[in-house]
Amino acid sequence: MLKIKNLEAGYGKLRVLKKISLHVDPGEIVTLIGANGAGKTTLLSTITGLIRSCGGEIVLKGENITRTPAEKIVGKGCSLVPEGRQVFATMTVRENLVLGGYVQHARGNKKFRDYLEHIYELFPVLKERWDQLAGTLSGGEQQMLAMGRALMARPSLIMLDEPSTGLAPLVVKAIFGVIRRMREEGNTVLLIEQNAKAALGVADRGYVIETGKIILQGPSEDLLANKDVQRAYLGRDVE
Amino acid sequence: MYWEQEKECISRDDLAQLQLERLQSTLYRVATHVPFYRKKFKDLAISPEDISSLDDLSKLPFTTKQDLRDNYPYGLFAVPLREVVRIHASSGTTGQATVVGYTHNDIKNWSSLVARVLTGAGVTKDDVVQIAFGYGMFTGGFGLHYGAEAVGASVIPMSSGNTKRQLQIMEDFRTTALVCTPSYALLLADIMEEKGIDINALSLKYGLFGGEPWSEAMRNEIQNKLNIIATDNYGLSEVMGPGVAGECQERNGLHINEDHFLVEVINPDTLEPVAPGEIGEIVITTLTKEAFPVIRYRTRDLSRLLSESCPCGRTLTRMQRVMGRTDDMLIIKGVNVYPSQIEEVLFEIEGVKPHYQIVVERDGRLDKITVLVEVSEVIFFDQMKKQREMIELIKKRMATELGIGVGVKLVEEKSLERSEGKAKRIVDKRQL
Repeated sequence: MLKIKNLEAGYGKLRVLKKISLHVDPGEIVTLIGANGAGKTTLLSTITGLIRSCGGEIVLKGENITRTPAEKIVGKGCSLVPEGRQVFATMTVRENLVLGGYVQHARGNKKFRDYLEHIYELFPVLKERWDQLAGTLSGGEQQMLAMGRALMARPSLIMLDEPSTGLAPLVVKAIFGVIRRMREEGNTVLLIEQNAKAALGVADRGYVIETGKIILQGPSEDLLANKDVQRAYLGRDVE
Repeated sequence: MYWEQEKECISRDDLAQLQLERLQSTLYRVATHVPFYRKKFKDLAISPEDISSLDDLSKLPFTTKQDLRDNYPYGLFAVPLREVVRIHASSGTTGQATVVGYTHNDIKNWSSLVARVLTGAGVTKDDVVQIAFGYGMFTGGFGLHYGAEAVGASVIPMSSGNTKRQLQIMEDFRTTALVCTPSYALLLADIMEEKGIDINALSLKYGLFGGEPWSEAMRNEIQNKLNIIATDNYGLSEVMGPGVAGECQERNGLHINEDHFLVEVINPDTLEPVAPGEIGEIVITTLTKEAFPVIRYRTRDLSRLLSESCPCGRTLTRMQRVMGRTDDMLIIKGVNVYPSQIEEVLFEIEGVKPHYQIVVERDGRLDKITVLVEVSEVIFFDQMKKQREMIELIKKRMATELGIGVGVKLVEEKSLERSEGKAKRIVDKRQL
């Protein structure tokens, strides 16, 4: 699905990503965990074309999208749920969702209504509040709206940037429940998280990023058993 | 039958991506945690960031047995000792032992890689596996043990030696798969013959052999005598132990577990890669080891890679059975001679027992080799003429196969030392 090789990117003279290589297979949930400033969001911004890479390549479904401009990325089947939700606060829930599906709409996809219904089924709370302004939703509801908005584009790959940030534990649990369900429905997910325990709990595989380099990777259970991961990301005191 | 089909039949393209990812993070980890590698990288003025493709591997430094000895016991460990759950030492076939360690994850991966080898050889959860490799510091016993348990087979941890008991257990416990060195399998076969044990009354189906080089002729002999499917498997403690590579039932080369090990073949003199398919020294880089990763470890084992695809469906590249060790390679009158070539010739001659020894001596300035061969009693005692004929025949075949003349001496049956582990094939009497 997604294959990244030796990706390098940064801001001005600051090189944040140092030859990142990773891949996501169809139907997988892959998580990228790491501390603040390790380069997680930079990686997503580079994949979505918001930042231009200065080396390496990004291949999505066999197509090299390294130089594809940001506005065309969604059309290629890659959607991002940004950090801090970033829903359109002054638009209604339904308008936000419709906007998320504009790629499908523009193609004249007749199933557009079905997609919307499906999102309402996945997140019943959004159906209840369809006419409410997005800005009036709670943090958890906004997160669900942001996810629903991304799913409306019917992406082959959905990327989530820190979906658990600032949410109550119970809400986090609900969000991760939806991620699990997304996989059951055949979605492919790249999940960026600081909450390593929750992320590894839901993901098939994981990568650990540190100062712009992938220093560890493997099946989630292996990473959970790794003492370095436990010490640095799970807050466990390792004796 | 596969153990991890999605890995054993991975597309070559996906494999290359996986190998690169794992290589890069292994390099970052050794550069951070192992002072030995940090220094080596610095001396060569390279950093893990310079490695953008698998072809860049050749920029990296080698690791040798001597490096392991110099860092005895824990110098090359990449994790603190408290994260190590197992310590093994090399069998010390050639000198001072070297120490290796495993984390919890390493043991888990090791088990599943050996499970792949066992499954490829035909072993399932219905089998009774008798492990006649030494337990203890040697990786052979525990490696196969954990793999067989992962498969779900019933494991008999016999360990090596005590041949009489091995046979007793084999009969009583209805062993279906035998795990040992090929030379020990032959010894067991001989003793069965001697004791008049009926092979067909045993339940044996499979034999998984490793730990020493052997020949195709020896495989045939073992298969015939024990009435089993005999497969070869390969590994070394410095890299992990058994589970690095293993034959499937096609019995035509060992599938390398390439998602965990990067294998190169180099010319041991020039250290350059050999042309594809040529024989050279196997060099291995570990891709997933946590406690004891090695970069470009020179195994001193000689083999070559087979590029043709295998009918079994595995996409993992095969290596030919190990022909010998670079240390065992004899240079006689400028010709490279491997013990396995000598073995191949001997096995084809009727009346010759599968036990032999190669004696290397220095005669003036020239090296010469004499092969001591056990022959059946009938020939040894009764017929001088037949003896002379046999010596001539062996000499002639050797000259054709090796391109040099060798001395041949016939010895009485069972006069050569028997080994319960790795056979001692070469006696070097040179004072170098």
